[in-house]
Amino acid sequence: MMSKRVLHILLPALMGVLFIAIWYAIRFAMAEEMRFLLPTPGEIIATFQTNGADLLRAALNTGEGALLGFVLAIAVSSLLALTLSVSPLVRVSLYPYLMMLQMIPVIIFAPILILWVGPGLKSVVIITFLICFFPLVVNTTQGLVSTDRNLVELFRMYRARRPQEILLLRVPAALPYFFTGLRIAATLAPIGALVGDYTAGSSAGDGGGLGFQAIIYSSQAKYPALFATAAVTCVLGFVFVAVVLGLSWLALHHWHDSYERADN
Amino acid sequence: MAATPLVDLHDVTKRYGDGPLVLDRVSLAAAPGDFLSLIGPSGCGKSTLLRLIAGLSPVTGGTLRVDGRTPEQAAAELAFVFQEPTLLPWLTVAQNVGLPQKLRGIPPALRSATCQRVLDLVRLGDRTQAYPRQLSGGQKMRVSIARALSLSPKLLLLDEPFGALDEMTREHLNEELLAIRHAQAWTAFFVTHSVAEAVFLSNRIVVMAATPGRIHTEVPVTLAYPRTSATRLSREYHDLVGEVSRLLRTVESAAA
Repeated sequence: MMSKRVLHILLPALMGVLFIAIWYAIRFAMAEEMRFLLPTPGEIIATFQTNGADLLRAALNTGEGALLGFVLAIAVSSLLALTLSVSPLVRVSLYPYLMMLQMIPVIIFAPILILWVGPGLKSVVIITFLICFFPLVVNTTQGLVSTDRNLVELFRMYRARRPQEILLLRVPAALPYFFTGLRIAATLAPIGALVGDYTAGSSAGDGGGLGFQAIIYSSQAKYPALFATAAVTCVLGFVFVAVVLGLSWLALHHWHDSYERADN
Repeated sequence: MAATPLVDLHDVTKRYGDGPLVLDRVSLAAAPGDFLSLIGPSGCGKSTLLRLIAGLSPVTGGTLRVDGRTPEQAAAELAFVFQEPTLLPWLTVAQNVGLPQKLRGIPPALRSATCQRVLDLVRLGDRTQAYPRQLSGGQKMRVSIARALSLSPKLLLLDEPFGALDEMTREHLNEELLAIRHAQAWTAFFVTHSVAEAVFLSNRIVVMAATPGRIHTEVPVTLAYPRTSATRLSREYHDLVGEVSRLLRTVESAAA
């Protein structure tokens, strides 16, 4: 229905206008001398003219850390999930330690990490990795062990060898679970890199990422620039999620029920 | 029976672990070309019997031979059609049908001709590129049967394959199954809850009793092949349905 599609674009746009109106209303309700605490959207956009180059460089640095940590987490978690799925005994023995890994408070771990590998990209990548790793390994393992029993029996019936069963059955059957983990991790990766940047980033080399930039703007009381940093972080997160949603669609849309309606 | 049996069970018993006896001294021989239906109350072990013949589970006692060998050794000669279509949802119809050949290491070029041939048999030759979710329940089951036929088995084991389908579709598929068998001449073991289906398809019906599962009676079905929808209108067909239903009631009341 055409009108429904128009509504789906019009309503969010109206909400956006309303949101900005409320923003301005709050600002003009504030006392004159307090207004610096809430810059207008116009002021925030204007800071891109002076700080745009810095923000772009910082976004690329954070993006690099987020991407490397994310990819590393996907690779390691997939291998670990395969190992875990093969034997319940391995699962039982490793699970408590995986939980512990998830419980590591990044704020406390960051200084230790700086001692070990130094501040900068390496630390950021490791912190991102730690944050992304758990949802990935849990979901992928769950997917690998949740294969439809009838299908497993079918493979046994045709005397499939173990590697065939894993590659042709368990791995494709686990893809929907894997992508669920991936979506969660994609929202966590830029945040992880930002936190990593904030706690273990460095201005050395190519000048740090968004977290580091936030520290600088904060110390200089550049509030519009801080808001701009937040906006850039949102965009970075959106890019991660959009890419993962795209990949998920490519891998699943032709067969998985979650995409059924989109096809018809 | 003149021919050497394709399936030969002698005093076969089965229990799972320390559990109760599921099958008690079952002796049964099927000649090549037999269409044998197993019917009986739930818990009579008819599905278990099928799984033993398929080699999906070992016998506890007695001997079981398929084509003169153990079920494991005869694995290449038999195919199983499950209650559910058990299709891989991420594969197309053609890829699903080609799966058993792929698992056996047959190269793709050789697979496609066989896939097309068996899909033509089940009248889905034009749906090779469809995904399972685009098919109806009956069509999915036909793909499942085509997959089972793709390795040209001597023995087809079917575990209530049409149980979840509506009556019309079921009758239709029964007729198709017989037509395919007419062209291919495999032996069939068919587990079902439907007396009408058993009579229509089989030349032998084995009525089983429960707790422990055992063979109660065997009823020969003398209706001539090829059977068509007209067969269901014949007097002989109705008499047989009545007789088997009566036997089933006897078995069930004895258990209760």
